[in-house]
Amino acid sequence: MSIVAALGHGPGNGPAPAPVRRARGGAYLLLAPGLAYLGLFFVVPVVALLATSLYVPVPGGDVGQFQPAFEWANYTRALATYWPQMVRSFAYALIATLAALVIAYPMAYVIAVRARGRVFLQGMLLVLVIAPFFTSFILRTVAWKQILADESFVVAAMRAVSLLPPDGRLTATSFAVVAGLTYNFLPFMTLPIYASLERLDPRLVEAGADLYANGPTTFWRVTLPLSMPGVVSGTLLTFIPASGDYVNSVLLGNNTTTMIGQVVDSRFFKVSDYPTAAALSVVLMVAILLLVTAYVRRSGTEELL
Amino acid sequence: MAALGDPAAATRAPGDEEGGARSGADLTLEHVTKEFGAFTAVDDLELTIPSGSFFALLGPSGCGKTTTLRMVAGLEHPTSGRVLIGGRDVTRTRAHERPVNTVFQSYALFPHLSVVENVAFGLRRRRAPDPLGKARDALELVELPHLADRRPAQLSGGQQQRVALARAIVNNPAVLLLDEPLGALDLKLRRQMQVELKRIQTEVGLTFVHVTHDQEEAMTMADTVAVMNAGRIEQMGSPAELYELPRTAFVANFLGQSNLLRGTVVENGAATLGVDVDGRRVRVPTARSVSTTGTVLVGVRPEKLHLLRAGDQAPESCNVLGPGRVTDVSFSGVSTQYQVHVPGLGTLGVFVQNILGGAGAALGEEVHLACAIKHTFALDGAEDATSGAVRLDARDV
Amino acid sequence: MSAPTARVGVGPVGPGPASGPRVPTTRRQGRPWRLGDAVVPLFAALAFLYLLVPIAYTVAFSFNDAGRSNLVWRGFTLANWANPCGAPQVCEALGNSLKVGVIATVVSTALGTLIALALVRYRFRGRALANLLVFLPMSTPEVVLGAALLAQFLSLRVNPGFGTVVAAHVMFCISFVVVTVKARVASLDPRLEEAAADLYSSPWQAFWRVTFPLLVPGILAAALLAFSLSFDDFIITNFNSGSFTTFPKFVYVSATRGIPPQANVIGSAMFALALLLVVSVQLVSVARRRRR
Repeated sequence: MSIVAALGHGPGNGPAPAPVRRARGGAYLLLAPGLAYLGLFFVVPVVALLATSLYVPVPGGDVGQFQPAFEWANYTRALATYWPQMVRSFAYALIATLAALVIAYPMAYVIAVRARGRVFLQGMLLVLVIAPFFTSFILRTVAWKQILADESFVVAAMRAVSLLPPDGRLTATSFAVVAGLTYNFLPFMTLPIYASLERLDPRLVEAGADLYANGPTTFWRVTLPLSMPGVVSGTLLTFIPASGDYVNSVLLGNNTTTMIGQVVDSRFFKVSDYPTAAALSVVLMVAILLLVTAYVRRSGTEELL
Repeated sequence: MAALGDPAAATRAPGDEEGGARSGADLTLEHVTKEFGAFTAVDDLELTIPSGSFFALLGPSGCGKTTTLRMVAGLEHPTSGRVLIGGRDVTRTRAHERPVNTVFQSYALFPHLSVVENVAFGLRRRRAPDPLGKARDALELVELPHLADRRPAQLSGGQQQRVALARAIVNNPAVLLLDEPLGALDLKLRRQMQVELKRIQTEVGLTFVHVTHDQEEAMTMADTVAVMNAGRIEQMGSPAELYELPRTAFVANFLGQSNLLRGTVVENGAATLGVDVDGRRVRVPTARSVSTTGTVLVGVRPEKLHLLRAGDQAPESCNVLGPGRVTDVSFSGVSTQYQVHVPGLGTLGVFVQNILGGAGAALGEEVHLACAIKHTFALDGAEDATSGAVRLDARDV
Repeated sequence: MSAPTARVGVGPVGPGPASGPRVPTTRRQGRPWRLGDAVVPLFAALAFLYLLVPIAYTVAFSFNDAGRSNLVWRGFTLANWANPCGAPQVCEALGNSLKVGVIATVVSTALGTLIALALVRYRFRGRALANLLVFLPMSTPEVVLGAALLAQFLSLRVNPGFGTVVAAHVMFCISFVVVTVKARVASLDPRLEEAAADLYSSPWQAFWRVTFPLLVPGILAAALLAFSLSFDDFIITNFNSGSFTTFPKFVYVSATRGIPPQANVIGSAMFALALLLVVSVQLVSVARRRRR
């Protein structure tokens, strides 16, 4: 499974560890082109981003003209203005991640455990999970926007059974934004969990049952702990992109659901306020790196890659 | 060899253009040492394996036998010392430059190639004429010609093992290395393959070097066995020689079982030694003693001990021990194994062949133990009497 | 050690009992049926529904006789499918996306495969750093990657366009390629290369005759992943494309005015194509396994 292989980290339980080779320069030769590329188009840009975040406007210059400086106040100003969007982004991403976990786990469990041995069924269910990858995610998000639109039958039905007040709506709410985020990253949650459940030896579950654990206890004590690597990579693959996303909040939200990515985008393109946009990006990146490091430490999956 | 055609016409390994027939070249290791960091895997090894022999390197896991094999194959390089094949120094050459082929423990068959292409792989690399024809002949030799077009994944373990063997033999190597080749097979298949391997070796006449931790396997197949321990060869010889006259406690315990009793030499005769074992006098042939003064370990194999029940006569020229009490009896059909506790000496194992049938000594019965003087041997008393013995908590790999 | 051999022949998208011992199904035979047995599958079925509703909607509205706005159902037509390039710019954007996707896939797959080989097969000074450098782009939100690249292009006074988009896509695809290929390299039995060396292959021959053929499924999977990531990327593209338009960008920009049904046609066609490909690979691998 292509994407499973990509997302399901964890030790590939191959036959034996590869022999440790003395690097006769071979390793560096293999690494050089790729790492040079990442240096040029990842490390240098991040440094450029850091530099830009400290720029000041050229005195008397046009909009969008800046000069190098060490204006640390850019950070305090940016955070003072946009902390609500920052906090909201993390809150939305967190809720979406938890929701995706709750939805994805049973899906992954059914595919990996219940369908085990039925090759065709398992394959087809996996195809369904990755099916969203085959249509543009923007098209799908627009589809949600229209499904949940005020004039749609979903809203009409919910109003009819009083799930929504007569003037209640689904689009342009934070609920819609979080639902969109959950939806969009669901496959990224499902596939790694599937991969780790698939690797799980069913005999371990049988051993659990043999040692007098009932179904739920076996699940809590054996299955779930053993699938933790998949849960960890799934939550990361959901949380990280979700916190920076702005497509969902633009298409499904309103001006009270603005997320930080949206601010960065508009600071760059609408008002050419590059230093603020850069400062907010740096804060987002650092915050996520800190969160991820703490999370990975806590969950004990040090070897992430 | 008929299946493979004329060995002299077989293709030559790279670096063997001078054209000598390579089948069965001598293999010599001179002062070979291999260190991994602070750990010495192989310690100053001296070894010559004559051409055409079936040689076994026997030892527990971690004794350095596999490292030795890999150094011969060229997959590891010695820290110091030389490796010579047919008199040629190959120490500095790499695996693909050596006229040596290996049957790997896990077979290492290429999963993306058919069986016949696996076998032809080495021939193709050396641009030998008619690689597929030769590969099919080699499959004939291992009795698998009908599976030539299958993939390795479609074969059973025993079949994969034979393909791995054919893939190595088809190259007509100077030395064929076998790295625990039967380890992954079940017991019955292993027995069958032991016979098969021996037949093939006799048929092709190559030098086989076989690495194993299974003493029975080594003794069944090899002409010469070297017992390795902690990077060194403890003793080398024919299987019977090693079994009947072990020279160290490790060999005595690792190759079969031994009862080793600590004693002091009190009488140093030309033919026999008199050894005091906990106040009893035991005689050991001088020629069968590693050490003839001071403390020694007197050894006797369990099947060489006789149980003397009340009223039984001790045979001629025997050492008699006891009395002791039978503490365990386990009947296995062809023989019965007794544990006899002799105060002052500890517990001794005794195998009694089930020749007469009927009941033997009972649990708790008081017996004496007798053993022909010519069957006893003596080891250096400074050795640990339990060295090389099976322990329950030790890994059996 | 025949576990890895069993994997060969399973295509890049085969479901494959990727690893681990093959064991009987866990269908609990002869056990009384319990309500709990149905709850989890039922919940999963609902989740699948959730996953597929917008796709069905997208496909359905590709047949909408929409006129200007494709918001409400106006009746069935095949006109959009007959003329998928009917709306302005749709096919140009699609062509751009395909071009970017192919180039980014080829370059990132080549670079990433080399890194993966080095990381699994060698222990060298700076290995942890190399791992970190591969991991960081994956753990950085797209908006930051987009902003950083734009900051660099601005300071170098490079005009954003086709070139900058390709450069950006290669960058974020590399890490995913590395992770995918690494898994495959790690699952290879290192003794296969030793066996090749033992059978007179030079290291170069051993790589091309043994290692590479066995890596092909992993490399194909990585390429497929890279292409789908590139093809579907919006945020990084939006930052670094200037006036250059890709398909996702086209859809996003026209979302406010109403998306032409032709975009749904293209989305649905891509979906059908990919589905067809995956399902046929699936069927082939199932058939192959049955034959064994």
